[in-house]
Amino acid sequence: MDASTEFENGQAKFDAIIAADEKIEPRDWMPDGYRKTVIRQMAQHAHSEVIGMQPEANWILRAPTLLRKAILIAKVQDEAGHGLYLYSATETLGVSRDELVGLLHEGKQKYSSIFNYPALSWADMGAIGWLVDGAAIVNQIVLQGTSYGPYSRAMVKICKEESFHARQGYSIMMALAEGSDEQKAMCQDALNRWWWPALMMFGPHDSESAHTAESMAWKIKRKTNDELRQMFIDQTVPQAHYLGMTIPDPDLVFDEETGHWTIGEIDWDEFWATIKGDGRLNRERITHKVKAWDEGRWVRDAATAYAAKQKMKPDKSA
Amino acid sequence: MSYEVPVAPGDKPHEIQFGGGGEHGFPLWEVFVRAKRGLNHTHVGSLHAPDAETAIQNARDGYTRRAEGVSVWVVPSIEIVASDDAESMFEPFEHKPYRHPTFYEIPEEVGQL
Repeated sequence: MDASTEFENGQAKFDAIIAADEKIEPRDWMPDGYRKTVIRQMAQHAHSEVIGMQPEANWILRAPTLLRKAILIAKVQDEAGHGLYLYSATETLGVSRDELVGLLHEGKQKYSSIFNYPALSWADMGAIGWLVDGAAIVNQIVLQGTSYGPYSRAMVKICKEESFHARQGYSIMMALAEGSDEQKAMCQDALNRWWWPALMMFGPHDSESAHTAESMAWKIKRKTNDELRQMFIDQTVPQAHYLGMTIPDPDLVFDEETGHWTIGEIDWDEFWATIKGDGRLNRERITHKVKAWDEGRWVRDAATAYAAKQKMKPDKSA
Repeated sequence: MSYEVPVAPGDKPHEIQFGGGGEHGFPLWEVFVRAKRGLNHTHVGSLHAPDAETAIQNARDGYTRRAEGVSVWVVPSIEIVASDDAESMFEPFEHKPYRHPTFYEIPEEVGQL
């Protein structure tokens, strides 16, 4: 079979699998563009899980009760696990995790810019779980249907765990909303600061999104940015009202005709500035990540040396 | 054929030092978890670890944080031998419907069969 026939056969089979809503698996033929898009999306997703540990890890020692502390530790551990699942899934496409981590450290691959906003008070742990993880869940539930098998399977596993993240966040917000005036103010303040960044997590409007059409055709993405954002808004606005809090958007109205909440204009200048690295914490997050990596080197070296030494010993079972 | 992950076309491997180890740092292990007694171990994902003992520990932390399993296997990914998934490998079975019980029409009077 010559190269062009192999390409045509591969493309035809790939197209048929996508059309039949089946999954593409690691060793299948796939277009270069598909491979690159899935690698980029999964790697950025993995990086986001890993960098996402920082704002919350920062609050573990300041958690108000032992139970809240244990919960926060469990959540941060989950984020590390989610990073692992996603790096593993990405590795099935022929890149090594070391390369991906290197690209993150060198600033050549990005993570979600939501993690470049500071977590200023304990209420932020509530707002992050409720809004940031809540937004991530909306995105990830739909991504369970993504066309790349390992990515889809990672999403199924992550979604099972992520629901705990959102609920523990809302539970923090409920406790504050039922508390003193000062605690209520903390709750409102955290909502004020995290609402818009959470909405920006879904990315630019469909009309501005360079990759949406292609990713939809390949069924990597199953819903557009605006569709997902609207799902999140509709589920979250009533939750804010239940807390007795106000969504920081004077233009927010419920459209009786469509049954959807309509929001005011998102500050896209802030969005692009944060993406491009002007966020308050961009440099700090990466510096911290690289520092942790470098400081862990002796552990990796020791583990490698120990494994090599064990291999040289005569087999105990023999 | 080995379960070797192909290098993505156009991807240039970056020179990244990892613990002074091999070109990909710690080797890759495939993880299998038995959800409960009576069930098979099922593939759940993979991880990197320097040796089998650490791979088991990491699999416990990475894949069974919520009582997902009662037993874990780890297998060096490089040891897995995979089939060539070309259609010719599995196609012949499509033409052998007589291997399925539903191929045979049995009169109702015969009863359970």
